[in-house]
Amino acid sequence: MTVSTPHVEAEHVPVAGPYRRMVKLFFANKLAVTGLIILALLLVFCFLGPLVHPTDQIHTQLADANLAPGTKGHPLGTDDVGRDVLGRLMIGGQTSLEIGIAAGLLATLIGTVWGAIAGYAGGWLDTVMMRVVDAGIAIPALFLLLVSATIFRPTVPVQIVIIGCVSWLVPARLVRAEALSLRSRDFVQAMKAMGGGHGRAVFRHIIPNAIGTVVVNATFQVADAILLIAYVSFLGLGVAPPATDWGAMLSKGISYTYDGYWWLIFPAGIAIVLVVSAFNCIGDGLRDSFEVRLQGR
Amino acid sequence: MIRFLAKRFGQALVVIALVTVIVFLLLHSVPGGPARGILGPQATTEAIAAFNHEHGFDRSLPEQYWMYVSGLLRGDLGESYTLNQSVSSLIGQRIPKTLVLTGLSTLLALLIAIPLGVWQGRRRKGLADYAITTLVFIGYATPVFFLALILVIVFAEKIPILPVQAPQAETLAGLFADSRGLILPILAGAIASVAVFSRYMRSAVLDNLAEDYVRTARAKGASERRVVWLHIMRNSLTPIIAMLGYQLPVLFSGALITESVFNYPGMGLLFWNAAQTSDFPILLGSVLVIAVATVVGSLIADILQAFVDPRVRGAIT
Repeated sequence: MTVSTPHVEAEHVPVAGPYRRMVKLFFANKLAVTGLIILALLLVFCFLGPLVHPTDQIHTQLADANLAPGTKGHPLGTDDVGRDVLGRLMIGGQTSLEIGIAAGLLATLIGTVWGAIAGYAGGWLDTVMMRVVDAGIAIPALFLLLVSATIFRPTVPVQIVIIGCVSWLVPARLVRAEALSLRSRDFVQAMKAMGGGHGRAVFRHIIPNAIGTVVVNATFQVADAILLIAYVSFLGLGVAPPATDWGAMLSKGISYTYDGYWWLIFPAGIAIVLVVSAFNCIGDGLRDSFEVRLQGR
Repeated sequence: MIRFLAKRFGQALVVIALVTVIVFLLLHSVPGGPARGILGPQATTEAIAAFNHEHGFDRSLPEQYWMYVSGLLRGDLGESYTLNQSVSSLIGQRIPKTLVLTGLSTLLALLIAIPLGVWQGRRRKGLADYAITTLVFIGYATPVFFLALILVIVFAEKIPILPVQAPQAETLAGLFADSRGLILPILAGAIASVAVFSRYMRSAVLDNLAEDYVRTARAKGASERRVVWLHIMRNSLTPIIAMLGYQLPVLFSGALITESVFNYPGMGLLFWNAAQTSDFPILLGSVLVIAVATVVGSLIADILQAFVDPRVRGAIT
């Protein structure tokens, strides 16, 4: 009996599990942590900022138009109809972040399910589903988005759904590739031998095992969705005023380039660069911690 | 090889057919349909019914799709609602200009990105690598219009050496005659692509550095310069070729933005103006042309890759 005691004790020693290892690797990655901090600060700025710096973003005050930064009560100046730029940056950021995050997640969800089913099913169903993806990829998302913006009135939910529906193709390809290799693995075969159905195989085995790819791609999807929404708004087909987003703010500022009103251009532009870089850094960090193959590079 | 080509061609045809279905369905989800677009909101119900009957829009969907496809095969993309011209002639006038813009900026981007990626891959984890990686990250996250605007502010306003407006000439020769106006649009497009290309190049170089052939070349006494710029660079180019084909939609999207910022009279500007006036035949005609170009582009990229890379060639015969 005394002999087995050390064994029991050995089991109590906390072993670093794969998740703990991933979290550790992620936080050891300076780029990823920087991205996370920038994102957190931007979220606080956009969603809690209006509590500290309340502004009227609905009514126009033409008497206060185009005030320079530093004017009392307007740290970043005012726009061409007298709205406070700092406050506008906050509510514009809310729109950009809400649409970007929701659309990125929706695209990932659609793409994951589509790719997992195609890869797991194989055969003709896979062929048909992947040719649909090929056709979708051939049509640039921005063009499709502009066409839909002329058909449907662009509100926030409509834009989320449209961006989600035009950008799920890349995750679908990635997840399909994973599903192809997972479906012939022993644990999936064993589950099927025990009488498990196709739905169980796809949703309980294929997708959870491809989660690394899915999570990493989701962050890149969000970054791309934020850029896409900025492009659409810049081209004048985004959410209708008085609502705004960073792309639309910049688009309006362009008319004043030659008047030297830099505060109508740079704050919004820099905000877009910051948030997109933050998501890309986080994605890179996550990829490094999920993919053992790339570690130590 | 023949079997690979045949299979790949077949796939491309299926994909193009699917694209025409998508575009056709989009054309039919347009509120009011083409009759409202052409006759205007004041048109009476009778006039619309007569128009629909005349153009066959009252027939069944499959019949209409067949009409649409047979029109496409004859090069007929429909008539613009607002410009009184056929869509195919409008696109035909504009597409060479867009090709010039995207071609030159992609070329410039490759000329910068390939040496940059190789250089970075060689000095991985050095200070220069981190600095350039940071710049590339920022470049990747910068919307093209913001980049274009910064270029305008710097090179047209602060140091007024370049014009803001792109040349408005009708012909290609006219475009090049006013080549100073081309510099900013080309630069804006190129910087955006450098970020993407150099990232690919860097990781391809990193992959190749670990390969056996590099060790062999070094063991045979080849100079480091020869190993890097001859062996590694050549082998790292294959992923770039493959990527270029798939990059086409991104390049066209970039062109749409730069053309609207610099008022460059290419296909992107045509598309943007059509979006402002809800000119659906132009919108969907352009989408179709770009989609077909992308499918053909990735087909060519795949074939080129098969010719360039002996490993891929071996795997497909």
